[in-house]
Amino acid sequence: MSEAQQSIRTETFNIPAALKDAFLTAFVMGALALPLAGFRIGEQGGAFFAEQRMDWVLIAVVAGFIGRFFLSLARVSLAPRIAPPAGAFFGGIGSWLHTNMVLMSGLAIIAAVILPFLPFTDRLILDRAIYMLIYVMLGWGLNIVVGLAGLLDLGYVAFYAVGAYSYALLSTHFELSFWICLPLAGLFAAGFGVILGFPVLRLRGDYLAIVTLGFGEIIRVILLNWYTVTNGPDGISGIARPSLFGLMEFTRNPKEGVVAFHEFFNIPFSGEHRMVFLYFLILALALITNFFTLRMRKLPVGRAWEALREDEIACRSLGINPTNVKLSAFAIGAMFAGFAGSFFATRQGFVSPESFTFIESAIILAIVVLGGMGSQIGVVIASFVLVLGPEFIRELQEYRMLAFGGLMVLIMMWRPRGLLAYRDPTIRLWPVKSKGARK
Amino acid sequence: MTTATAPTRLLEVEHLTMRFGGLVAIDDVSFSANDKEITAIIGPNGAGKTTVFNCLTGFYKPTVGRLTLHHPKGDFLLEQMEGFRIPQKASVARTFQNIRLFPQMTVLENLVVAQHNVLMSASAFSLAGLLGLRRYKDAERESIELARYWLDKVGLLDRADIDAGNLPYGDQRRLEIARAMCTEPVLLCLDEPAAGLNPKESAELNELLLFIRDSHKIGLLLIEHDMSVVMKISDHVIVLDYGCKIADGSPEAVRDDPNVIRAYLGEDEDEELPPEVLADLKIDTPKPQNMPGSE
Ligand SMILES: Nc1ncnc2c1ncn2[C@@H]1O[C@H](COP(=O)(O)OP(=O)(O)OP(=O)(O)O)[C@@H](O)[C@H]1O
Ligand SMILES: [Mg+2]
Repeated sequence: MSEAQQSIRTETFNIPAALKDAFLTAFVMGALALPLAGFRIGEQGGAFFAEQRMDWVLIAVVAGFIGRFFLSLARVSLAPRIAPPAGAFFGGIGSWLHTNMVLMSGLAIIAAVILPFLPFTDRLILDRAIYMLIYVMLGWGLNIVVGLAGLLDLGYVAFYAVGAYSYALLSTHFELSFWICLPLAGLFAAGFGVILGFPVLRLRGDYLAIVTLGFGEIIRVILLNWYTVTNGPDGISGIARPSLFGLMEFTRNPKEGVVAFHEFFNIPFSGEHRMVFLYFLILALALITNFFTLRMRKLPVGRAWEALREDEIACRSLGINPTNVKLSAFAIGAMFAGFAGSFFATRQGFVSPESFTFIESAIILAIVVLGGMGSQIGVVIASFVLVLGPEFIRELQEYRMLAFGGLMVLIMMWRPRGLLAYRDPTIRLWPVKSKGARK
Repeated sequence: MTTATAPTRLLEVEHLTMRFGGLVAIDDVSFSANDKEITAIIGPNGAGKTTVFNCLTGFYKPTVGRLTLHHPKGDFLLEQMEGFRIPQKASVARTFQNIRLFPQMTVLENLVVAQHNVLMSASAFSLAGLLGLRRYKDAERESIELARYWLDKVGLLDRADIDAGNLPYGDQRRLEIARAMCTEPVLLCLDEPAAGLNPKESAELNELLLFIRDSHKIGLLLIEHDMSVVMKISDHVIVLDYGCKIADGSPEAVRDDPNVIRAYLGEDEDEELPPEVLADLKIDTPKPQNMPGSE
C-alpha cells in the first residue's frame, strides 16, 4: 500500500518544540478565553455587573496546553504506528471489494430489490432506505465532478434544489406529470451546471470550492427571497405524487378516469404501495446514475475527466479542450442532482429552501470523500454510515457535525484518497491474471 | 525556393520576443526548423529555451513575433492559436522539462487519452460510445493498436497496465515521448528528454529520437543540456543565451563558435577573452540586448 508507506514519517518526538507549541496554544487559548469566558455579565435589581470567572479561563488554558502537547505526541509517535495498518486494512477491503466487484454489486442489487418484500420491512425501514438512496444517487452524481474530474464542488446542493423546484413549479403551475418533469428537471439542472461552470473555468482547488460554495448559497437565497415564484420560506406544497407511468395512481380515491393501483389489482388500499413504488423509483434512478458513470469512465470523455484531475497542463498539450471537459463534468453531475431533486420533490410533496442548505452539500461531499473518490461502492457504504448512522442513533444527531469533522480528519490522516479508494483501469492490454503484466 | 532534395521548412520563428514584466526572457529570436530533422536548442540555464517551447505550444502568448508552421494541411500561425488547438489542429506535440504524466492512470490509459480528439469524434461525443456502436469500438481498437506500437518502441509493453506514476524515472520520460507521439504530430518538441537518465538510457533515447525522425518523417525540436547528445543526433543547432540567439548552424560549426564556448564556459575564460568580447559580456550579463553575434 503506497499510501500507507507514505504516512510513515521518520520524525522523532522533539520535546522542547512540542512544549513551545503547547505554550503558544495555551497563550492563544488564554487570549481568546479571557474576553469570551472570563466575565459573566449579570443583572441584579436593574443594575449590570460583571462577574469574574478566571477559573474558566484557567481550565481553557490548561486544556489547550495538555491537548496540544498530546496531539503533537500522538502525531509523531502514535499515528505512524496506527495509520499504516489501518490504511492497509481499508485498502485491502477496497481492493477485495473491487476484485469481487461483480459478485458484490450483484448481491447488493438483489438485496436492494427484495428489501421491500422482506417480512421485517415496515414503513420506517422503507422510508429510511429511500432517504439513503437519494444520498447514494447524489453521491454518485457528485463523484463525477469531484472524484473523476477532480473539481471540488461545495455547492452541489444548488443543482438538487434546481431539480426539486423545477418539478415543484412545473407540476403546480402547468400540471405536468412527473415523467415529463423528470427529464426537464435534469436538463434545467444541467443548464445551471454550465452556468456555474463558465465563470469557474479558470479556478482550481480552494478557489473553485469557494465560488461553488457561494453559488450554492446564491441559489438558496434566491429561493428564499423570490417570493412571487418560489413562495419564499413557506415553500411550495401540493406537488403531485408520481403515478405508475401515468397508468395508475397510488391514492385511495383517484381522480375521474384514472385507475387506482389497489383497485386495478383488486387488493386492499395501503399507503405502503406508494412507498414501495418510490423505493423502486429511486433505486432505478440511482442505478442508472451508477451505470451511466461506469460507462462514461470508459469513454473518451470519462478518461479526459480523469486526465484533467491528474494534470490539466498535460491535457492541454495533448489537444484536449479543458473548457469542454470541465463543463461536461459539471453539467452531467448537475443533471443527476436535478433528477434526484425532482424525486425528492415528488416524495415529499413539498419543497422549501430549508432542505437545500450548505449542510446538505457538505454531507454529499463527505460521502464522496469518505467513501473514496471515484469509488462507487465506497459511496454506498459512506451514505450508509453518514446518513443512516445518525438516523438510527438518535443521540448522535446533535453531535453529527462534530463526528463528521472528526471522521474527516481521521480519513485525511489515514487514507487521504478515501476509505475504499481503489482505481480500476478503464482499459487493459493484458488479462488481469497474467502476473508478468502486473509487476 | 525548395528543390526536391532540399529539406522542407517545417517551422519558422520570426522575431520572437517574450517579456515577463521587465524581464526579457526571449529577445528577438528568429530561427527555422526543417521537416525530418532534429533541431536542437541549447543554452545555459535560464537562457529561455523552455519559454520558446511554451510560446510554440500556446502556453504563453508571445509579446512579439510570428511562429509559422508549414503543416501538410496548410500554414498555421501558432501565435494566434488557442493553447489546446495547437496540438489538436496544427499537430505540434511536446513533452515537459518536469515530466507531466497522468500518474494515477495506467501507462496504456495515458496513451489512449492522448488520442482523445480522434476517439471523441469517433464516439460522436460519447453517443456512439454509450450505445456501444461499432464505429466507436473500431476506433478504440485502433487507438489501442497505436498505443501498443509506441509501447513496444519505448520498451514498456509488458508494463502497460501499471500506473504511470509507479514507473521508474527513465521509463516515465520515454512514456511521455510515446504519449506525445500518440497524438500523431508533425512537430515534436522535447524539453530536456535526457535529463536524469543514465548513459545507457540516454543512448537508447538517442536511438528512439533517430527512429522517430527517420521512420515517422517528422521534425523534432530538442532542448538539451548534454552537448554529447546534441552533437550525436542533431542536424541543426540553435544556441540561446540570455534570451538571444548567439549561434545557429551545424553541430560542428556551433561547437567551435567562440560565442558558444564563452556562453558555456562562463567566467573561467574571462582572462583569455579578447577585450572587446569581454566588454560585450559585461554589457550583456545584466541586461540582454541585441548582440552583434546573433546574426
Ligand atoms: N511565467 C514566467 N514568469 C516570469 N518569468 C519567467 C516565466 N517563465 C520563464 N521566466 C523566466 O524566463 C527566463 C527563461 O526561462 P526558461 O525556463 O525559458 O529557461 P531555460 O532555458 O528553459 O532554462 P533551464 O535550462 O533551466 O530549463 C528565466 O529567467 C525565467 O525566470
Ligand atoms: Mg527549461
